[in-house]
This record gives sequence, C-alpha cells and structure tokens, in this order.
Amino acid sequence: MAELLDFEEPIAVLQKEIEALRLMPSTPERLAAIQQLEDRATSLRVEIYATLKPWQRVQVARHPNRPCMLDYVERLFQEFTEVHGDRRFADDTAIVAGFGLYHGQPAAVVGHQKGRDTKQKIYRNFGYARPEGYRKAMRVMKLAEKFREPVIVFIDTPAAYPGIESEERGVAEAIAVNLREMALLDTPIVVVVCGEGGSGGALGLAVGDRVLMQEFGIYSVIPPEGCAAILWRDAQRKVEAAEALKITAPDLLALGLIDEVVKEPPGGAHLDYDRAAALVDEAVGRHLAELQAMTSEARLDARYDKFRDMGHAGQSFVDEGAPAGSRAPGQAG
Amino acid sequence: MAWFKKARRPIAAPEQASRVPEGLWVKCPSCNKAIYNKDLLASLSVCPRCAHHFRLSAADRLRMLLDGGWTEHDAGLRSTDPLTFTDTKAYRDRLSKAIAATGLNDAIIVGSGTIEGLPAVVAAMEYSFIGGSMGVVVGEKITRAAERACAERAALIVVSCSGGARMMEGTLSLMQMAKISAALGRLDRAGLPYLSILTDPTTGGVAASFAMLGDLNIAEPKALIGFAGPRVIEQTIRQKLPEGFQRSEFLLEKGFIDLIVDRRELKATVARSLRLLGVGPRSTTPPATAVPTGDESDA
Ligand SMILES: [Zn+2]
Repeated sequence: MAELLDFEEPIAVLQKEIEALRLMPSTPERLAAIQQLEDRATSLRVEIYATLKPWQRVQVARHPNRPCMLDYVERLFQEFTEVHGDRRFADDTAIVAGFGLYHGQPAAVVGHQKGRDTKQKIYRNFGYARPEGYRKAMRVMKLAEKFREPVIVFIDTPAAYPGIESEERGVAEAIAVNLREMALLDTPIVVVVCGEGGSGGALGLAVGDRVLMQEFGIYSVIPPEGCAAILWRDAQRKVEAAEALKITAPDLLALGLIDEVVKEPPGGAHLDYDRAAALVDEAVGRHLAELQAMTSEARLDARYDKFRDMGHAGQSFVDEGAPAGSRAPGQAG
Repeated sequence: MAWFKKARRPIAAPEQASRVPEGLWVKCPSCNKAIYNKDLLASLSVCPRCAHHFRLSAADRLRMLLDGGWTEHDAGLRSTDPLTFTDTKAYRDRLSKAIAATGLNDAIIVGSGTIEGLPAVVAAMEYSFIGGSMGVVVGEKITRAAERACAERAALIVVSCSGGARMMEGTLSLMQMAKISAALGRLDRAGLPYLSILTDPTTGGVAASFAMLGDLNIAEPKALIGFAGPRVIEQTIRQKLPEGFQRSEFLLEKGFIDLIVDRRELKATVARSLRLLGVGPRSTTPPATAVPTGDESDA
C-alpha cells in the first residue's frame, strides 16, 4: 500500500473502513460493501488528482513510492547493461548510465536514480549527482553518437550535490559542458522528466530534441522551499512559491518549455508502475520514430531552434528600442 | 544556485557595498586605508595599496575593455514579467525599480567594437540590477551576442557578475543556460574565440553555463566562483567552509581557471590572449594589392 499524502486524507478514511470490514467474517453483504467502498475510493482519487495544486504536485513528484529511473528501465529496455565511471575520477551512483535494447533497437540510457529504501537512498545520494555523474553521462552519450544509437534520458533529482567535493571537482563546469555538448550531439535525444527536475542538476542531462514530462512531475529553477526562504524570508511559504514559480507540467507546456505531458495512472505513477511505464513507453517510442525519420542536420537545427525560442520576443520580453540618452558613454556609432 | 546566500540581502536593492561610493575619500574594505576617489577611479577601482577589486558596473567594464567607441546592441530588450510573479512584492515593481536605479533595462550591456584593434563583441553583467541575475533578457542578449560574433567573425567576451538564474522568471530563466550554451557550441564549432571573464561573484546557473565554457576562463583575484552558494553547502555538510573556498585562487588550483589577472592588466591580457588564439585586426580599408589572404577583411 502506497504511503498517503495529506491531501489524500478522504481516501485514507475509506481505506480504514475497508480494512475494518475485511477483519470481520466475510459475507456476501460485506464483500459488496467493500467493493462499493473501493469504487468510491477510486473515483475520489481520480477527482482529487484532477485538480491538484502545484504544491500537491511537488509532493507527488517526491512521493516515496514514486517509480525511479530503474523501474522504467526495467520495463522499457531489454538486456540493460549499466556502465560505470567518468574515466577521470570515480563512478557517481546518483546517475545511472548504460545501454539496452529499446523495442529491439540498441539505445543509450542515462538518468538520475534517487533510490527508494533508506539503504538505496544513501547509496544513490538521494539523487544528488556529483560532477563525475554528469561526465559519465556525457561519455555514454558520446558513445551513443559514435554508434548511431538514440539517447533516452530520465530526469529525477532534487539538485546537483551542493558539497565541497562537487565544487572542487567542478560541478559547474561539468553541467556547462553537458549543456553545450548535448546541444551538438548528433543522435536523437528524448528526455523524460519523470519526477523532480531540480534546477541545473536536472538541466545538465536534459537538453534533447524532445523534452517530455510526466503529468505530476515538476521542473524548477529552485525548490519552492528555497525560493520561499529567499523571497518570502520564510521557507513555510513554499505553497505560494510553488504556485508562483510555474513548475507543473501543464504550466511548462503552456510556456513552451516542454513538448508533451505524459499521462499518469489515476492517483499517480506510484500506484501502478506498469501502467505508468506503458504510458511513458508510448510517448518515447512515438517521438523517437519521428526523430529517426529526420536528417541529422534538420534534427540538430530543430533542437537548436527549440531552446533558442525559450523566452522569445512578445512572450517573455519586448524590444522597446534603445532608450534615449541611455546609450553607453564612449559609444561612437 | 547562490539562493540562500542571496537571502541575506534585499533582492532589489542594488548592493553598493563593494562599489566605489560617492564622495571624495573612500575607505577600502580590505586594508581600511582611505583612498582619494580620483585615484581609485584612475586605477579601475582597484585599491592602489592592497589591490582589493571593487565591483565594477557593466558600463565601466565595457569602457575599460573596448577601445574608444563601441556600438551597443539590444539595449531596448525588457522583460515582460512572463510569469506575472509576485512574492512579498510584485516582480514588475522590482523590475521598474531596478530600471530606474540603473538606467538599464536588464542586468547586462552588450557592445561591439575593438580591443587593441581586434574585433570583439563584449557582454558585461550588471550586479546592481537584481543581483546580476539571469532571466530571459540576459539569456537572449548573450545568445544574440554569440550569434553576432559568429556572423561578424569576431571574438566573444562575456564578463560575468551574477548570483545565478533569476527565480522570478522561473524555469524560463533556467532554460537560458541551455540556450546560451547551445549558441556557444555553434561559436566553438565555427572556430571563434570565446573568453569568459569571471568576476565577484559568479555563481549558480551563470557559473554552470557560459562562465565555465570559455576557451580561456580568466578570473579577477579573490572572486567568489562556484555553483552552490557557500551557505547552502554549509547547511548540507554542517561545517564551516575553509578559508578561500570557491575563490578564484581555489579554482585555479583545482584546474577550472586558466588565469587570474589583476584588473589593471586585464585589457592587455585579453588582447594578448586573442592574438595568441589567432585573432587579427580587421582591416578597415581594402588591402593595397588585392591578394586573397584569408584574413577577415571580408567579414
Ligand atoms: Zn585596500
């Protein structure tokens, strides 16, 4: 049974009733009552999830039972073979990289892995990647380019790891290089934001021809708590910050920052991994087929134009012309 | 991502602490000596006694790097507040206040001209405009600067001075990192030089994109340069950071900075670097004998 979130309280009430009935001797009347309660819980869940507020979506995106990258890899790829290390310093376990067969076709897979139980979470550093992770991912992506294989990326990280060793080993440089090189990588790239898209730590793997986002994923320049702490001077104002930052999949689709919202099973991906994976599979497969039908040149130009257009004239800025008298001194012409 | 560090000061108020204040005499925050204002300005806002680098405005930066006159580009670009963002204050009001205080429409000035006769497009960030934060206008102007450098076969120089992405423009500001980096990728593949000048501070999404992508990364002394803000790191590891952590000298030692240059030597170093990277002066008059030389006179 998946852990329930605060706003799922009405469902919890029904579930308690169901459990109580199950403890009593089974009769046809009781079984019918249980069925009725279960149906009501299901429709309640659909209702609640149809109108989730941004902060509630953050909670779903961070749900302890939410499927991780490897849950999708297991369901979407055959013969998945993980590879390790950046050939420079170490292997970063917060980022998984490897190769597998996607519908029979060899492909590279990279992404953040948060881990679910405590031991896994510690091993994966809670999905906080270090510079080596970004460099390992780039190494594998370059191999994909060399062997003409597509790259499929899963994004799920709170942020890049903010620690001494990250800074010492140049996490800023590692992310920056990925941004530049992914823009130029001559092979199709499909990105799926499946949980938390945490700032530069997410973007460092998320430059692709297509950026898809699961219905209850989030993608933000800063965690709502951090934004609230700075702008409201109170981390508890995270609910307002989550609204203001426009970090939900529908918001980002409207802003033109993602290409498609991938539906999740009723009540979120954590309730049905197989169904969630099937929905991701359908979307990834469709986009990949479109990309593989394009020439390299057309695909790379389209990738450039797509990011080039993020924040465009008329939408997010205007050109008012040079303000009179404000031109830089020393200007000649 | 210097988010928590930013919390310590008002977001919209221009931070003047490190800038040369008005008045006849200035006290250097580093050596505590009084300096005659004119002397300080004559030394490019570097303390003549201890070499403390005061923060420089974007306009002063262009003035110190470019020869004589230059042409400013895209000065009219202004954010529309795409998210209609409001916290304790409306972002729209923060913007208007910053525009009124700086006379700029956003946190960057782009100009093209020459540096010791070498053609260059220079973008300089303005810290007093909302902490030099990068939103869509900064992203667009640097991208256009890179595209202009490509088209004109000129060198690109970006002077960073920023706390990172501008959170009031949300994920749009995050995406400017990818947009600029893609444009720098094209500049790179076109074989044109890009020098990144890192000044105090260069952090967050600015560090994790264009500031770290220079063919040469040149820092001013003792500048704070890093991805996560020092306070975020201290909260994560629950211990004090060592002295000098995330300063220019630390990054040089760790291998992420090519050169640390005193501002008074910066222009000469930039020009020398460009020459050593193969940049030649653009001839303004056709050569006396019309021999194809493969130089840039046709650019
Ligand atoms: Zn001094």
